[in-house]
Amino acid sequence: MTTDQLLVTLLLALPIGGFGLTALVGRRLYTRAWLIAVPVIIVTWLIGMYIVYQALFVGAYGEHGLRFTLWEWVPAGDFRVPVNFLVDNLTAVLLVVVTTVGMLVHVYSIGYMAHDPGRWRFFAYLNLFMFSMLLLVLADNFLLLFAAWELVGLSSYLLIGFWYRRRAAALAAKKAFLVNRVGDFGFALGIMAIWTTVGTLNFAEVFEFFAPGDGVAGLEHWMVVGIALLLFTGAVGKSAQVPLHVWLPDAMEGPTPVSALIHAATMVNAGVYFVARANPIFAQAPEAMVVIAAIGIFTAILAASIAFTQRDIKRVLAYSTLSQLGYMFAALGVGAFSAAIFHLVTHGFFKGLLFLGSGSVIHAVHDEQDMNRMGGLARKIPITHWTMLIGAIAIAGIPPLAGFWSKDEILGESFLFGFYWVWAIGVVVAVMTGIYMFRLMGKTFYGPSHVDPAIEPEIHESPPSMTVPLILLAIPSALLGLALGFPPMAGLITEWLEPIFHEAQAVLGIEHHAFQLFGIDGTLLVIGAGAGAIGVALGIWFFGLFGLRPRPSQVERVTQRLLPLYRGSAAKWYFDELNDLIFVRFGGVVARAMWWFDVRIVDGTVNGIAGLTQGAGRGIRTIQTGRVQNYALGIAAGLLLIAVMYIFVVAR
Amino acid sequence: MSQSLDAYLILSALLFSIGTFGFLARRNAIAMLMSIELMLNAVNLAVIAFGAFTPSLAGHAALIALLVMAVAAAEATVGLAIVIAIYRNRRTPLVDEYASMRE
Repeated sequence: MTTDQLLVTLLLALPIGGFGLTALVGRRLYTRAWLIAVPVIIVTWLIGMYIVYQALFVGAYGEHGLRFTLWEWVPAGDFRVPVNFLVDNLTAVLLVVVTTVGMLVHVYSIGYMAHDPGRWRFFAYLNLFMFSMLLLVLADNFLLLFAAWELVGLSSYLLIGFWYRRRAAALAAKKAFLVNRVGDFGFALGIMAIWTTVGTLNFAEVFEFFAPGDGVAGLEHWMVVGIALLLFTGAVGKSAQVPLHVWLPDAMEGPTPVSALIHAATMVNAGVYFVARANPIFAQAPEAMVVIAAIGIFTAILAASIAFTQRDIKRVLAYSTLSQLGYMFAALGVGAFSAAIFHLVTHGFFKGLLFLGSGSVIHAVHDEQDMNRMGGLARKIPITHWTMLIGAIAIAGIPPLAGFWSKDEILGESFLFGFYWVWAIGVVVAVMTGIYMFRLMGKTFYGPSHVDPAIEPEIHESPPSMTVPLILLAIPSALLGLALGFPPMAGLITEWLEPIFHEAQAVLGIEHHAFQLFGIDGTLLVIGAGAGAIGVALGIWFFGLFGLRPRPSQVERVTQRLLPLYRGSAAKWYFDELNDLIFVRFGGVVARAMWWFDVRIVDGTVNGIAGLTQGAGRGIRTIQTGRVQNYALGIAAGLLLIAVMYIFVVAR
Repeated sequence: MSQSLDAYLILSALLFSIGTFGFLARRNAIAMLMSIELMLNAVNLAVIAFGAFTPSLAGHAALIALLVMAVAAAEATVGLAIVIAIYRNRRTPLVDEYASMRE
């Protein structure tokens, strides 16, 4: 085993070890429950950074990445699945997000969870999640990836329901788990389909099979599309796309660091990562790609429209996350894989920042999440304010912050690849993003204060363990786009990911051309930036910024004019009600009918046979009187019968 | 000695029927034992009658008759012992009172 292989193994061994130790002895550490979990993740981060450096900057692992097998996991006849790992450029890019945001969230949690008696449980779960997520990005076969996929789902469930005494949290955890099962069912079917068609689950061999050539040519086209769509179902569930998006906003019942790490920066990106990883399969199924693009961009605009009207600060961010994930899927669908991964990275940082910032705000106003009861906080919690402002500008897509570069790449490529409708809706969503983000900023930080007067004097900035991660996240939120995405479509990120995606893009018939600043590309760039700027300007005009006063009367007027839209948006377009109608009410009727059939017909048959036997026994029992003479009568009668038969039948 | 085999067999059948009837109809255990003796003797009579009218079977018939007598004696001994033991316990010779093993 080489040093790098050992380090990759350690990358997984450390968090799971931290989980085990914290689970065993964490309770005895009392307020210092983080003592094992956080250092372990810091070491993991250091190792992760070394591996990223080796992969991306040194190129030590070559174009095909570092592949190695730890042991044979399932040796069952033909069905052999090893525990094998892959570190290539795509994995390395994901490692940057997972380990960095993970590490900062761990540090942040020291302060955020300081007063919670369940903190040891929290840190144990957090470590378990880190293990699962790292396993997910490192796995080199479908089954191992699926196991990790379920493990992140489990950690997510445990952490959403962390405050399990709160009914809403317990219900939200259950909802997340169940909705994810729907997607995972399709995912599992897809993996089985791969096994039956290809005969192996290792990424290398499967993708080799789906590369242009004899392998995939031997398959019916509808089968390829079917496999792609089944796999995509899993991504829809995990990454909360329509119609399985309903769990993510409710998942905000979990502690805020969890929202930042799992439900914004890492786990929900698993679907994007997976589709990008399985790009050779999807490239063979252009129909499926269109479905992905359509679902993605529809989710983007739907979630953005809901984000307008939510009052809970974390819910606004949750819908924003949905919307941004929609962008990523739209990018995947049009074939702009590296743009999707680029947005995944930048979004991981600035959305992590925004969530941690919102946690700091919630902390400051004593667990109040309703933005209508905030306002005017900018001066009282300056570090939180400034870092969140950077995050908001980044997500709104104002150059030169991170979000602009990745979002522009998505919009630009969807236009260039001929998906004009994706581009058009994307531009509208960019405007909407600016409005709802600055609505959030305005209602929280500017204008008159609506904070409870009893709490008002106690508002204070969070401890350094919370503000330092905010600052550290603000830096990449501001600069990462420029560092990775400049010049547009030829930046570092494109260069890193090109070897992984170029074959799929060739299959899709996508050709790269030089960036034309004074041509189509420059125009698209300006339109993208302009859309973001218009959104931000509208948001500021309505909701204020620094000294600019908000205009509640204007907001009221617009709301009145668009009342049906407002109502629909505030009710989240009735998705929960629709699910209730279809699955709870109608499904309940079906389930009750099934139950009736089971109890009456299936159980009835079995119980009927038993009852018949019992009844027969009870009837026959009466002739067993216990009197010898009755039996003797029987014997005599039998004897007589035999004698009569002998005389009349046999003897004749 | 009659020269007709039928006469012996009819007597034997009559005795056997009386014995059977007695065994089935009487409630007294001792009377039931006596009925069994009657049936055994009816069978014995039939066997001896066959032996007497079939010279080649004469020896065998006598042997069987003696065997049945011995068995009957043994059976009567054991049967009476049981009946007396039960009688001491239950103070009645009537078999339909012996219902403790029912159900």
